[in-house]
Amino acid sequence: MSIGANEEFRPKIVAFCCNWCSYAGADLAGSSRLAYPADVKIIRVPCSCRVNPMFILRAFERGADGVILCGCHPGDCHYSTGNFYARRRMTMLFSMLDYIGVENGRTRVEWVSAAEGAKFSATMNDFVAKVTSLGKNVRLGDLRCKN
Amino acid sequence: MYKIAKENLSALFQKIAGDKELYLPVKNGGQTNYAAWDETVEVDIDTLKTVKSAKDAFFPQFETLYNVKREGKKLDLQQEALKDKDFVIFGMKACDIQGVKVLDNVFLSEPVDTYYAARRAHGIIVAMACHEPEESCFCKVFGLDAADPSAADVATWMVDGELYWKALTEKGEALTASVKDLLTDADEAKVEAEKAQIRAIVEKLPYSNLSLEGWGGDATDVKFKSPVWETLYKGCLACGTCTFVCPTCQCYDIKDYTTKDGIQRYRCWDSCMYSDFTLMAGGNNRTSQLQRYRQRFMHKLVYYPANNNGMYACVGCGRCVEKCPSSLNIVKVIKAFENEGGSKA
Amino acid sequence: MQELINKAKELLANGTVVRVLGWRAGDLSYNPEPAFFETEEDLQKFVYDGFCGANLSKYMIEASKLDGKTLVFLKPCDTYSFNQLIKEHRVDREKAYIVGVGCRGKLDIDKIKEQGIKGIESVEGTELDGPDTLTIKTLYGDKTCSYASAMLGRCHVCKGKEHMIADEIIGESKDTKDAERFDAVKAVEAMSPEERFNFFQKELRKCIRCNACRNVCPACSCRKCVFDSNKFDSAQKANVDSFEEKMFHVIRAFHVAGRCTDCGECSRVCPQGIQLHLFNRKFIKDINEYYGEFQAGADIEARGPLTNYTFDDVEPSIVKERG
Repeated sequence: MSIGANEEFRPKIVAFCCNWCSYAGADLAGSSRLAYPADVKIIRVPCSCRVNPMFILRAFERGADGVILCGCHPGDCHYSTGNFYARRRMTMLFSMLDYIGVENGRTRVEWVSAAEGAKFSATMNDFVAKVTSLGKNVRLGDLRCKN
Repeated sequence: MYKIAKENLSALFQKIAGDKELYLPVKNGGQTNYAAWDETVEVDIDTLKTVKSAKDAFFPQFETLYNVKREGKKLDLQQEALKDKDFVIFGMKACDIQGVKVLDNVFLSEPVDTYYAARRAHGIIVAMACHEPEESCFCKVFGLDAADPSAADVATWMVDGELYWKALTEKGEALTASVKDLLTDADEAKVEAEKAQIRAIVEKLPYSNLSLEGWGGDATDVKFKSPVWETLYKGCLACGTCTFVCPTCQCYDIKDYTTKDGIQRYRCWDSCMYSDFTLMAGGNNRTSQLQRYRQRFMHKLVYYPANNNGMYACVGCGRCVEKCPSSLNIVKVIKAFENEGGSKA
Repeated sequence: MQELINKAKELLANGTVVRVLGWRAGDLSYNPEPAFFETEEDLQKFVYDGFCGANLSKYMIEASKLDGKTLVFLKPCDTYSFNQLIKEHRVDREKAYIVGVGCRGKLDIDKIKEQGIKGIESVEGTELDGPDTLTIKTLYGDKTCSYASAMLGRCHVCKGKEHMIADEIIGESKDTKDAERFDAVKAVEAMSPEERFNFFQKELRKCIRCNACRNVCPACSCRKCVFDSNKFDSAQKANVDSFEEKMFHVIRAFHVAGRCTDCGECSRVCPQGIQLHLFNRKFIKDINEYYGEFQAGADIEARGPLTNYTFDDVEPSIVKERG
């Protein structure tokens, strides 16, 4: 894929953010006027552990080019242990997606606390850049959702 | 009658595919199924039975019927185009062709299924005799001749590295004319010998003498109420393997998929083995696996013949015999009733 | 085999069990079917030979709902599934009298056919104490092949000859392992992402969504499968697009990850010969690497790896780091 084509390309990014840490982190990024690309669409979830692997697959099916999951730092979960389970699940899922040949840069888990507005913004900037460089998600995705 | 050497077949396929779509048995990942021909595929006409039957060519497992798109307050309905070009399906066996005839009775009677009818009208069937019938075959039971697939447009025989070719219908003559420069004249002696040999093997097949006595359109009461079903179905896992490999199973489901700005209405094969088969707002009329299991075989051997002048909706291809995960199949059902004296009733 | 029949007769006669779950002889020499027997007369058709590959644990889910005890014959690898089902409260230990049966590897008729053997009239030498060579009578002449060459793929990575659970054991078992369990997974991992994608695309394109893999799977014991829901807009019975072609099996493998005992039934029953174990074994391999060796069904008390955690678990970014 040529660089020219990439300049045109704006990825669709879905970010699942836990209500207690990462969503507040996104809020802080906003109120601190730290920019991150508008390509990131945030979906608020009660806990990172609420994210069923199907959510991630569904996002890809419906045309996402990258999916990122943000939650409280391990040990800081509002519900004590939710993110520990999420961590294992996502490790398994990402490994499987990598195994079937989906570029591993399209998935990410990042722990972002409510105080880390800067980290949220930096993470999103980095992730969007990474997915942009990978280009359109052609290996996963449902043709029917395209125009 | 004409013939062509086996090594020249790819030239033949290329020629046919030049102006028509060509479907034939193709090996992919160790399994042979019907697929569209192109120069890259691995053609496999030596395997007797494809995993799925040739049913897909006329009644695909999945097809879009129409799309609905919303633009503002308007709905735009786009029907999927019907098949409007001739296509050739090469290598169908006598049982597969009989399977298509079973489908014809369903889809071509009123109300006619236009999608199916269009494919049927444009399909040219090049049949192949069964060089080496296998133990799971029992087409003879349904009056079919594995040695002479006469219901096709063209019949072929593979003998000693040469494919013998005989046009049987106008469509077949036209196809023959279009590939004539690749064919050479042949006499029928070798084919007759091959036919005799095939028929001799068919006689020896373990299922060839299966008796259908007691089955047919009038058997509903006796068979339906028989206690035999209660032991027969127990091993059934309720998967859809038998239905999906079967050349005559014709049930389908119609569903909507929500697309970005409308819906895609599609149909796909359904299986009477599945729990949501014929599910209605008021629930399901067959709630146990026993009922579902019985339905499948009653449909093939009783209900279908009752509505189609005694024609059975089984063609003896033996795919269920080979593929059922629990080794259950229609032959075991027929035999179980034989043993229970059910056939005498 | 006679010993098994005698045991079944004895337990039926003394009222210990009210039914027997085993295999009934088929009408060909290679197609016995899982079946329930309730009388001595029924047992005349009981068979146990190399073609009795079906894992009967799955049938015990239904049998556990019936009145009275069921005598079930389990091969060593089947007992892992049974244990896992006990752990998940899907079978009732009190409703089962388990006879562990001997096993020297189970046969796959397709493996015989792949050797070019057609028109099979009979296969001899399939018994537990039979010879190392199978004698196959066919319409096209007599053939032979070695027992090992006709074994199911799963038997080449046998988990061992020990029964994990049983009330008694009848017959000798043999460890038939002659290949490494994760070699096939490693071979795929060694490919480039493009090659892996193409490989799975090719494998999964064969899928006809018959759901045999799901329905035979002892770990797939949900009363209602997510794919059977009519509110789920993924089609249950057809690969309507490339996404479903790829994802059905990934989702299924994920649902049984950490619970799959690697019994190999999915690969055995697939009518299209899809190597489904490549998915399950990948999860097992990852679990072993990241969270410590774990064999589902080996220990009823152990916590499953995906319902457990430690503070120091690897981060999901490991996938990228390992390259």
